[in-house]
Amino acid sequence: MPTIAPLDLTGHCVLARFVSGIPFFALADGAIHRLDNGHKVSEAHDGLLCATRSTDGKSLLTGGEDGRVCRVAVDGNVEELASNPRKWMTAIASGPQGSVAYASGRSAWVREASGKVQEFQHPRSVEGVAFAPKGMRLAVARYNGVTLHWAATTSKPVEFEWKGAHTGVMFSPDGRFLVTAMQENALHGWRLDDNKHMRMTGYPSKVKDWSWSVKGKWLATSGAPAAVIWPFSGKDGPMGKAPLELGFRGDVMVSAVACHPLEDIAAIGYSDGMILVVRFTDQKEVLLRRPGKGAVTSMDWDDTGRRLVFGSQSGDCGVVDISA
Amino acid sequence: MSQAEATASAPEASTQAGAPIPVTVLTGYLGSGKTTLLNRILTGNHGKRYAVIVNEFGEIGIDNDLIVESDEEIYEMNNGCICCTVRGDLIRVVEGLMRRPGRFDAIIVETTGLADPVPVAQTFFMDDDVRTKTTLDAVVALVDAKHLPLRLKDSREAEDQIAFADVVLLNKTDLVSPEEADKVEATIRAINPYATVYRTERAEIPLDKVLDRGAFDLKRALENDPHFLDHDHPDHVCGPDCDHDHHHHDHGHHHHDHDHHDHHDHHHHHDHASPIHDVTVTSVSLRSGEVDPGKFFPWVQKITQEQGPNILRLKGIIAFKNDPERYVVQGVHMIIEGDHQRAWKDGEKRESRLVFIGRELDHDALKAGFENCK
Repeated sequence: MPTIAPLDLTGHCVLARFVSGIPFFALADGAIHRLDNGHKVSEAHDGLLCATRSTDGKSLLTGGEDGRVCRVAVDGNVEELASNPRKWMTAIASGPQGSVAYASGRSAWVREASGKVQEFQHPRSVEGVAFAPKGMRLAVARYNGVTLHWAATTSKPVEFEWKGAHTGVMFSPDGRFLVTAMQENALHGWRLDDNKHMRMTGYPSKVKDWSWSVKGKWLATSGAPAAVIWPFSGKDGPMGKAPLELGFRGDVMVSAVACHPLEDIAAIGYSDGMILVVRFTDQKEVLLRRPGKGAVTSMDWDDTGRRLVFGSQSGDCGVVDISA
Repeated sequence: MSQAEATASAPEASTQAGAPIPVTVLTGYLGSGKTTLLNRILTGNHGKRYAVIVNEFGEIGIDNDLIVESDEEIYEMNNGCICCTVRGDLIRVVEGLMRRPGRFDAIIVETTGLADPVPVAQTFFMDDDVRTKTTLDAVVALVDAKHLPLRLKDSREAEDQIAFADVVLLNKTDLVSPEEADKVEATIRAINPYATVYRTERAEIPLDKVLDRGAFDLKRALENDPHFLDHDHPDHVCGPDCDHDHHHHDHGHHHHDHDHHDHHDHHHHHDHASPIHDVTVTSVSLRSGEVDPGKFFPWVQKITQEQGPNILRLKGIIAFKNDPERYVVQGVHMIIEGDHQRAWKDGEKRESRLVFIGRELDHDALKAGFENCK
């Protein structure tokens, strides 16, 4: 039976992640909570807007309403990486060798570990940023497509066009595909070999959370009453294929997803706070958590796949241990 | 290009806890007094806290964590609806603000002088997240009494802002003669006979006249102003509680009030003797008896689909056959919403009224179409 160690906080949990094996919870008020031999808190921002785990898994990167970009170490120490007072930092991504990308308004910046900062200006707002799995390539989600910059060089960016507002972006783990979330309740993708388009539509609401399965074989997404899981193992990605729909509940929406690090199973969080874990092959479901106070906003497995950290819109967070 | 399709059905998203936060949209040209009004709101002794979304911090000389700078970002929705535009930056900022509720009681969105008010308003209807957490309260337009005639000559936006407004502040009246002010007010009323107009100096106005109005809330709009849409009616006599269209009386000069004009179903545009060459927005006010919902809905859908780009606002109270309740409708371009409001009262005349504000409206065709819904 899974056991839950609850952590009842006040406020919206933006990101729940394991950092070096320790559960971290980044809240919208700017407080970073962690469960490291007891409940500990650091203050990162006056208002936190975005957060991600660093590529090496050893820190959280955060951006705030206070215009600051911070790194929160596993011991809770907060280091300011950048500060643009009064600019809302709305997107953040972790890159190779300690680099960080962040965005506000129509600008995106890449900060290298040395402290060197390069600014990329755009004609329209930067909605999302992501680094390619290899190299210093930065993708910027924008209105009508994605701009791909070669950070640390002055070469011209590559533009990927698709009509509509792209609000988030990421690469597949093998770097073959670029995928965006759109304002129009859909995902869009490009196969980078030949820029071929992929349309992933049919969602009743916006896709706000996504997670790649082991080796990037599947992409699990929120935004429907089931977790919609697209096949990416073939040469053409999901083109011409139907997705899996796991954990269907007619009356409640999936609000968060987290694929297991070792097996083809996913934790599925719902807008009523319930969490299921579902196996892709036979759709077998196990209840991890009963409905809570608010929608599950973020989840993450530890490296062993035994513990799941989760955060919610209402602050009822916690850690589920499935090995017990 | 092949296409992968998810086949998920569309259930209602679960409802959010907490009442939606009211949002007031402030429009008006540079120099019309928006900043002055904002400063009044932010420093006023009203016990309420406002989050303010501005294009530039500019002259707001107040240090307030809840003033957010945001680049106006108009996104066309890729859904085949040609006039469906939203403000992408508002979606993002409102989402951020609403993650920390309890910090403020209401949101104010200040638009740039040249802004088209429609994408702002449509954001509150088109985006599900924004829609569940907030409610559009009213669109307030500030107008510079001295410079409006010039603005109308050189821009369509100035006219759109007035046409779209629920409340118009005719500001800087101290800089013009009473006659000039009358003329400007007549122009405003020609563009939008259904907005409440207040004359102000230095944007001085009791804040309850512009905030928390519920003008976009169909039920509230009718509670606040029981004579909503009545002002063009010959029998309508305004009582002392009616704050619609009367402010000018306080100034003690005679004003020809078109609201008591003798025509039914007239073009307001033509009611004014003053030559208003630069006005392209007109309104069409229609009256009918009881209508058949089976005819009315297809008709109004068709009208908004075909003429949506030309329809800035649409408002109506409808008496459906065999329906004991009044039905109210409201529209912005192609978006139309309706709801039952309350039971018809004993002795209340069961009649239907519908008002369009827009461009190139064909009065006779609309009238014939509406009458066909009987």
